[in-house]
Amino acid sequence: MEFAELIKTPRVDGVVLHRPFMPTVEGTLCLTGHHLILSSRQDNTEELWLLHANIDSIEKRFVGSLGTIIVKCKDLRVIQLDIPGMEECLNIASSIEALSTLDSVSLMYPFFYRPLFEVIEDGWQLFVPEEAFKDLESMTDEWRLSEVNKDFSVCPSYPSLLTVPKDIDDESLCKAASFRHGGRFPVLSYYHKKNGMVMMRAAQPLTGTNGRRCKEDEKLINATLCAGKRGYIIDTRTIAVAQQAKARGGGFEQEANYAQWRRIHKAIERSNVLQEGLIKLVEACNDQSHSMDRWLSKLEASNWQSNVKEILTTACLAAQCIDREGASVLVHGTEGTDSTLQVTSLAQIILDPACRTIRGFEALIEREWLQAGHPFQQRCAQSAYSNGKPRSEAPVFLLFLDCVWQILRQFPCSFQFNENFLIMLFEHAYASQFGTFLGNSVAERLKLLLSQKTVSLWSWVNRPQELERFLNPLYEPNNLVIWPSVAPQSLLLWEGVFLRWNRSTKCLDEAYQEMVHIIEYNKELQNKVNSLRRQLAQLETEDGPLQTP
Amino acid sequence: MEHIRTPKVENVHMIDRLTPRKSTVGTLYLSSTHTIFVENSEARKETWVLHSLVYNVERFPTNPSGSPLIIRCKNFHVYRLLIPQERDCLDVLASLTRLSRPECYGELFCFSFNPNLDKELREKAWGFIDLKAEFNRMGIPSNLWHVTAANHEYRLCDTYPSELFVPKSAFPAVIVGSAKFRSRGRLPVLSYFHRDTSASICRSSQPLSGFSARSSDDEQMLQAIMKSNPISEFMYVVDTRPKLNAMANRAAGKGYENEDHYTNIKLQFIGIENIHVMRNSQQKLIDVGELAAPSMSDFLWGLENSGWLKHIKAVLDAGVFIAKAVAEDGVSVLVHCSDGWDRTAQACSVASVLLDPYYRTIKGLMVLIEKDWVSFGHKFSHRYAHLDGDPKEVSPVMDQFLECVWQLMQQFPCAFEFNERFLIQLHTHIYSCQYGNFIGNCQKERRDLRLQERTHSLWPHLWENRAEYTNPLYRTDHSQTQGVLKPLTTAYCFKFWKGMYGRAEKSVASHQSPADCLNAVREESQQLEEELSAHQEVPRETDAGQETCPTEGEENFRGEEEDQQAV
Repeated sequence: MEFAELIKTPRVDGVVLHRPFMPTVEGTLCLTGHHLILSSRQDNTEELWLLHANIDSIEKRFVGSLGTIIVKCKDLRVIQLDIPGMEECLNIASSIEALSTLDSVSLMYPFFYRPLFEVIEDGWQLFVPEEAFKDLESMTDEWRLSEVNKDFSVCPSYPSLLTVPKDIDDESLCKAASFRHGGRFPVLSYYHKKNGMVMMRAAQPLTGTNGRRCKEDEKLINATLCAGKRGYIIDTRTIAVAQQAKARGGGFEQEANYAQWRRIHKAIERSNVLQEGLIKLVEACNDQSHSMDRWLSKLEASNWQSNVKEILTTACLAAQCIDREGASVLVHGTEGTDSTLQVTSLAQIILDPACRTIRGFEALIEREWLQAGHPFQQRCAQSAYSNGKPRSEAPVFLLFLDCVWQILRQFPCSFQFNENFLIMLFEHAYASQFGTFLGNSVAERLKLLLSQKTVSLWSWVNRPQELERFLNPLYEPNNLVIWPSVAPQSLLLWEGVFLRWNRSTKCLDEAYQEMVHIIEYNKELQNKVNSLRRQLAQLETEDGPLQTP
Repeated sequence: MEHIRTPKVENVHMIDRLTPRKSTVGTLYLSSTHTIFVENSEARKETWVLHSLVYNVERFPTNPSGSPLIIRCKNFHVYRLLIPQERDCLDVLASLTRLSRPECYGELFCFSFNPNLDKELREKAWGFIDLKAEFNRMGIPSNLWHVTAANHEYRLCDTYPSELFVPKSAFPAVIVGSAKFRSRGRLPVLSYFHRDTSASICRSSQPLSGFSARSSDDEQMLQAIMKSNPISEFMYVVDTRPKLNAMANRAAGKGYENEDHYTNIKLQFIGIENIHVMRNSQQKLIDVGELAAPSMSDFLWGLENSGWLKHIKAVLDAGVFIAKAVAEDGVSVLVHCSDGWDRTAQACSVASVLLDPYYRTIKGLMVLIEKDWVSFGHKFSHRYAHLDGDPKEVSPVMDQFLECVWQLMQQFPCAFEFNERFLIQLHTHIYSCQYGNFIGNCQKERRDLRLQERTHSLWPHLWENRAEYTNPLYRTDHSQTQGVLKPLTTAYCFKFWKGMYGRAEKSVASHQSPADCLNAVREESQQLEEELSAHQEVPRETDAGQETCPTEGEENFRGEEEDQQAV
């Protein structure tokens, strides 16, 4: 298909762009296959480049022959374009609509994007399971890397290599897989070096109404327990939801069959509910006319903050079982691709200082989200402004980032990255020139030949020039477990995302610059002092021994 | 001392409700001024609670583990004790109940508090904030404004300061006449002069206009104020009350200015609620902070239901309106409410903070509080329940002003020289009665109590410790420290002040604060600067004795570096 067929009017002059808290720009609007571009054609003025994939929905309005298109983006920005001429406006609108809702993945921008930088370190090769396993091997020999899923037939949403208990053979894995939703049998998620406890994740067991059991599944998870020790199963659903799941063939682990495990139910919402919450929250944030009462009641009604609290609480619980109770943990919900991953990845941020570095966090996202089979393409197809009937869209990953931001805010010195890094990940998960978040699983990504045909986000982010923006100047590495407060008053609205376009950030940006400045100045002084100290030491040795006190 | 029924109770538990394992056992002591809890642990950690900061003490039914007692403080700290014997608990309860409610000024802590300053220093300390110097600083043109002697010996208005700035064109008879037409004689006088536009903020109480009364003196007074701003053709009268409340006051012979009688005024109602609404609202907010394990919905619903942030927004909106009129339109403003000592003080001082960068400094905020609150007769002792008295007089008026400043700090992180801790410290001392500054209800009362001779001033004490209260992001040459602040007051800009209201539970306290980290970095930079200059001062050819000096500093410094890495 040629994009040109979809672009009825490629260029309109005299278009006026309105953005909140920014001056209006008049210029020429151009449509290309992947971008909406507005250029003022004057020097030194900013151009707008908007990926069609970033457009969530549009609205058209007409006053006489002047048309207005309101463009609502997946990054939550809302812009307005005043277009002279009714026909031009209609053409532009229908082109944007068509280009922003292309069905075929292979028509997406990442397949056309050619980087203007040289790829030095290929992000596609950065985080391979074999490497992660080598690290594990250096700590314990209880685990092995299984190739049982090498053709993705055992579990289509799992990667080809999986870490499983050493004593469990591939045949047992296949049987356990047939007992778990989507074939997602329990696999290793995290090994806690401090005490050797582990966190595993899976999908719900298919017990059904008549209480099916699977000896291999029981054996598999029991293999992770020390003799005489009990473990915890954290089911992210309420007991009522888990009960209902039985009618559809799902269910939960029966005490009788899993005597060594204690099951705890939490109440993380299902993804369709989360999507509704996002829509309500963004609606509330975008209405500046709200009275205080109305704002607070809308914030409450969106349940967004409640979701943040519940997810963080569950992650803390998992971390607590591992670190404080010295017990191993199995986490699952229904499919094991959403709330399960939120919990396992957040628990690792709490427990493992490595996950708080940039590389470590990238590795975490690769491991616990991309390779673990979070369906990014389905979940991030639409954002808060989608008009259509929601299909599988849900802000699962955004909620995870929000939770990370909450911890980052409570421990501002414990993370190597800053808030901008999280916001950048949010943007790229929804619309990107890079291929990283395309597809729903490792299998799909392989089929799309992403690593050959597109550039990895990490190839770009990890360049020193880019990385600089994402470094937290306050970072002081520490080896501690960090316990965030989950009290409601400790959890704030993530303004950097939700109020980003609704206020000027000039003063806050200045404060950040000031902070960077203070720390850079300190480093500069340290360097000077150190070099003087060296000179002094040299002088001392040249001059012979001194009477030091 | 006669109120202390039991001076010491052993084996008392201090309970941490959120994290029970952090609860501690120790000994409780009652002194004439403090409740002191000393932990039995090796560290012998001490917790001191000033009696005058105690808001209430509540006992719960005795259970097998002992008698629970909750001490709630006016600065929102809550202490949960478990006392083994019911009899001891009753004694502590009775003692604290009495000790926390002094019946006369003489019982207040400030009269016994003695920080070992000699007489001369103490007197000098009282001169630390000088309002005359402040009015000079404003650059008030002497051809337009002057100090009137009309209130000498508080003849005209006993709740005003004795020195008042009024338009030079207002004759003494007009001043007296205007005072007669205003509630409690609180006539319109200058609060702040904005040099850039020559517009001013004046303040007063409501006029005694009823349904039809008028006073030509008062009308002339306002005309004189307007004329003191040569370029402007009208002035605003900002009535900070909701219009309905102002109208209701007319039935009592009070009310607001009739625009037909006063030439060239524009009347503007702002809608800040009265002290009773605010008191109830804050109580609801405190209850939210005290909820045991609230869900997010409980919290947000409670926050909304308290109405607190709505009221904070109203106060800030009043300040924004006034600041805009003065700075952008160059129009003078007369601010009043009913008596002109609560909402008026809030609106004037918030506007001043927005208008004048000086009030965003540590010393400037002290000056502002001294001017708009202390000298103009904000009823500190009534509002903050210094003495056992009418609970209907109590209201968190100053709390709201401090919170407005805090909300502004969230939007303008580089604009303020002081930090959150400074505001919280101020808040505590407004209630604590440790220093004489906020005792009494007006200047006359303070003079009669001879506070300057008998008590100490808070300001120099805070000033000496200013390093602790400094915002690391503040730089005098930063753009945010210049000019007028224009905050956004959309509902979503207002936050729950966790540092103030989130203190009921110890364990909710935040873990790391970027400001503290930055202060540490800055301190370190300062040491490095010193070391650097010390190194540079040492000439290359010197004898060994001199060279060892910087090395000594170096040792200390290395030690610190290691500490930081160990964190």
